[in-house]
Amino acid sequence: MRLLLSIAITLLRAKLKQSVIAAVGVTFSITMFVTLLGFMNGLNGLLDGLILNRTPHVRLYNELKVSPRQPIEQAWTQGTAAGSDSAHHFIRSVKPKDELPRLRNATAIMHALENDPRVLAVSPRLVAQVFFNVGTLDLNAQVSGVDVMQEVRYYQFRDYLVEGDPQDLVAGQNTVVLGKGLADLMGADIGENVQVTTATGDRSLLRVVGIYQSGLADLDKVQCFANIKTVQKLLARPGSYFTDINVKLKDILLAPTMAKEFQARFKVDALDIQTANAQFETGSDVRNIISYAVGVVLLIVAGFGIYNILNMMIYEKLDAIAILKATGFSGSDVQRIFLLLSMVIGFVGGLAGLIFGFVMQNVVDNIPFITAALPTITTFPVDYDPKYYIIAVSFALITTWIAGWFPARKASQVDPVEIIRGK
Amino acid sequence: MKATENILEVRDVVKSFHDPVSVQVLKKVSLEVKRGEFVSITGKSGCGKSTLLYILSTMDTDFEGDVVIDGEPTRGLSGERLARIRNEKIGFVFQFHYLLPEFSVLKNVMLPGLKLGKHSAQEVEHRAMQRLRELDMHDHALKSANQLSGGQKQRVAIARALVNDPLIIMGDEPTGNLDSRNSSNVFDIFKSISAHHEQSLLVVTHDNDFAARTDRIIEMDDGKVIG
Repeated sequence: MRLLLSIAITLLRAKLKQSVIAAVGVTFSITMFVTLLGFMNGLNGLLDGLILNRTPHVRLYNELKVSPRQPIEQAWTQGTAAGSDSAHHFIRSVKPKDELPRLRNATAIMHALENDPRVLAVSPRLVAQVFFNVGTLDLNAQVSGVDVMQEVRYYQFRDYLVEGDPQDLVAGQNTVVLGKGLADLMGADIGENVQVTTATGDRSLLRVVGIYQSGLADLDKVQCFANIKTVQKLLARPGSYFTDINVKLKDILLAPTMAKEFQARFKVDALDIQTANAQFETGSDVRNIISYAVGVVLLIVAGFGIYNILNMMIYEKLDAIAILKATGFSGSDVQRIFLLLSMVIGFVGGLAGLIFGFVMQNVVDNIPFITAALPTITTFPVDYDPKYYIIAVSFALITTWIAGWFPARKASQVDPVEIIRGK
Repeated sequence: MKATENILEVRDVVKSFHDPVSVQVLKKVSLEVKRGEFVSITGKSGCGKSTLLYILSTMDTDFEGDVVIDGEPTRGLSGERLARIRNEKIGFVFQFHYLLPEFSVLKNVMLPGLKLGKHSAQEVEHRAMQRLRELDMHDHALKSANQLSGGQKQRVAIARALVNDPLIIMGDEPTGNLDSRNSSNVFDIFKSISAHHEQSLLVVTHDNDFAARTDRIIEMDDGKVIG
């Protein structure tokens, strides 16, 4: 095998120019492939992260809704069995019951979730509608009371905090992080106090400790965060009063089934991330398919280049093939020589492609990309996952193997007698 | 007796070409070559002597009859096995020198030896150098094959044919392309090979002077051995 490889390399070096051209084709396609996939997946990660980072895998909440069964129906079924057939009620325009939007039995639910092995993190939330009083204006806003450290750990809270430190939110009583749009509107800076009125009319003063920017301008005009205790105090509710429980799972793919399970088990509403953000996965998949398709097409083109050059080389090397066969190299030896030749082109070209690909990824990674929507991003995102390098090199080797196989087979079938006698 | 055993036996070989019309080129050819014998095959152009040689060389397998090399019938052997026989037991010298121009002279000589794999690469190199020295070509060992003259190339080709110590060396008009001085030079080399190494030689030639100096002449005409 080493002998065959050395023969292949000698033949390659004798046709250095053609070999280099063939290898450059592979290099180019691998470079593009790696760069494209790195960039596309960087982008995918970024866009998915926009939603996925901040969205719980399953959200448990209590939706205000009209009672699906009116008491009169219940009375009928409990009374005569035939009653519902023979009678009909005309109750219309039913209103929802006056009920707190709290999760009943929240502490017990949280406890049960924390003991579930499939669950990564459980964090409670208390969402309150409030007004910020700015001069004579009342600005509508939503304060989410959160377990700050859980948010930092599992929902990348720190990444979206453009000013301030989450620690201040944990430590301080009556502190708040304002959405960027809201803060701009109020002209509120860190350290200043803002006055807030709850839906029930209670007023409090909150100290601003941070500015939050999600990247969604509409959200940033209404969204604020505070310690969950602060919000409970604001609403004058006890320490077990939560409106939402956010669950992060170990395996995101389990979310839809687990949402159904929680719904049945805890008698609450549950929304899974796939249902809430169905379009995101589709977008990622399409981008992935496009980048793979482009990469594969480029490689096929490079493969045709190799096929052509090898075919030509074999016609030029008929004498050499004949002499190798006459001196004891078998047809499969000759086939291996030309296959190796092709694979060497693929390997060298592919390796160079990986290096150039890495360089190109770095270039893309340094192109400035500043957008108000993404506060933490300053350059284009790139995913340097070695997976793409491995895929690229495997593709390069497979393509060159296939491209080399047909000419190599032809070479193996060359009849040395015909060549030697034909001279 | 080892010295009188047949290295090569040919029995009733018939060969036909079918394109464009069926023509029988070899009509029941039988012959044998003994160890150390220097045999030449002569005959007019088109009498089938080269065709016979390529059948004997195992490169052409499309024929009827039997060819036995060193006691082993070649009929029905796999391509791999035939290649191995060519590699190990047969050395070739062609009319055109057929060196690989991409390789150095030394590497050209070494290739069949490396393929055989019986000796280490250093050993093969040593043997190749020895063959080149015997043929007075060792000064050119590191040159590229196209830098040599015709006579020099033929000597390198002979060195290559010898590198695996084959039982028989086959030549297809090995002097056909050379002037008379180089031609007689090559003959002397062949003669000494058969004398010193106990290797058989089977040479197709239409050079009557060359043939006359060999041990035995097989004359062919119209696909048959006539003497």
